[in-house]
Amino acid sequence: MRDTHRLMGFISRGFKGRRRDTASSSRLPPGQYLVNDFPVLSAGPTPRPNLDQWSFSIEGEIDEPKRWTWKELLALPSDTVTKDIHCVTKWSKFDTTWKGVSLDTLMEGVETAAEYITAFCDGGYTTNLPLEDVMDGKAWVAYEFDGQPLHPEHGGPARLLVPHLYFWKSAKWVRGIKLEKEQQPGFWESNGYHLYGDPWREQRYWGD
Amino acid sequence: MARAALLGRLSWQFGELVELVHETPRVSSLYFNIPMWPGHLAGQHVDVRLTAEDGYQAERSYSIASPPEARWVALTVERLDDGEVSPYLVGELKVGDKVELRGPIGGHFVWRAGDDRPLLLVAGGSGVVPLMAMLRHRATAPHKAPARLLYSSRALADIIYREEIDRLVAANDGLLVSHTLTREKPAGWSGYTRRIDAAMVKEVAWPKAQTPAVFVCGPTPFVETAADLLVGLEYDPLWIKTERFGATGGAGGG
Repeated sequence: MRDTHRLMGFISRGFKGRRRDTASSSRLPPGQYLVNDFPVLSAGPTPRPNLDQWSFSIEGEIDEPKRWTWKELLALPSDTVTKDIHCVTKWSKFDTTWKGVSLDTLMEGVETAAEYITAFCDGGYTTNLPLEDVMDGKAWVAYEFDGQPLHPEHGGPARLLVPHLYFWKSAKWVRGIKLEKEQQPGFWESNGYHLYGDPWREQRYWGD
Repeated sequence: MARAALLGRLSWQFGELVELVHETPRVSSLYFNIPMWPGHLAGQHVDVRLTAEDGYQAERSYSIASPPEARWVALTVERLDDGEVSPYLVGELKVGDKVELRGPIGGHFVWRAGDDRPLLLVAGGSGVVPLMAMLRHRATAPHKAPARLLYSSRALADIIYREEIDRLVAANDGLLVSHTLTREKPAGWSGYTRRIDAAMVKEVAWPKAQTPAVFVCGPTPFVETAADLLVGLEYDPLWIKTERFGATGGAGGG
């Protein structure tokens, strides 16, 4: 399958590699390898916001922007989901368990002409997604990992969780989403990374 | 290299190993001749792909150690005993062998010599690799921003590029280097001998009034600590660019 991608039948002399069982191979997107720890990738220092002043907002193409305080967010109906996650830097981690609020819950009753969103975060990070990729049970604002409050290094107090796309789309330290008619490239998307980021199509970089 | 990346897809291409330099017992620099290399910026990384006889492939990312001006693209790789790719690159691969590469990747953790802000580089272990590309790039520049490197290693023998760093300092062109060793205190050692801490960062870092450009690279706990200490000096978080790596020693978790 994937050997069709190599250049002219190229073989790395003497390379054997670490074999995986077939079951885990079928869950691993191309070019990824499985880890058991949880590596961290971020572009700057870890923000540590004051929860008393924290809020999550929906802005942009919406008649009345919506806003929840930390306490209000925690009071919303939540889901606990177990998902495989895939980082563009090549690691994947299976069966990660998260608790958070579905974007469907947050978007309930919202009328919008938007087709895209930009998630915005403490520290200035942004990432863009098609609206349909965060609806219908595909995305959450997650605040617990493995039954514990989400650690700041991993995006706590809350991060976006969009497990079907490369993990940079699951924006850490998320503070809200802006509904947009046009797609605006976010932070990594402006720095060489793919606009959409489907791990199964190995959409890592511009042009993939 | 935004311009090259804008031209389209980052294609896989062959790099031929032309030189192998043993930097430390665990770390080697691999110099590749990549005929169609589009050029890169100091701080960027590259993806490496290996293919076994049965078609099985493994990909990892590695920071580029060579400056944009260099003829060959150098990767400096730490061999991890439980790694899948690094023991092959540092151990199996011989001069004349090829690997598949694509890049350069990353437009954030980059430094251009035209940036005249004071430069602060903070390295933990093999996190020095992309920072070395910046120092090598700086060494070729006509106008050199003042620069400081704080470099934490386990022991004297683990310091990557030690002699070259000494030579860069000896050029006396505004580069100051502070080493710290976390697991050894060699006789006659004049550097620090402890983990990075607030007092050390305060001594080495530029005063915040000088609004430095800051690059921090190393294992995640090191980067977390260093970045927090710099924020503690009231550095604007937006001045601080970080790159963290996990267990496999590539750039950014790879």
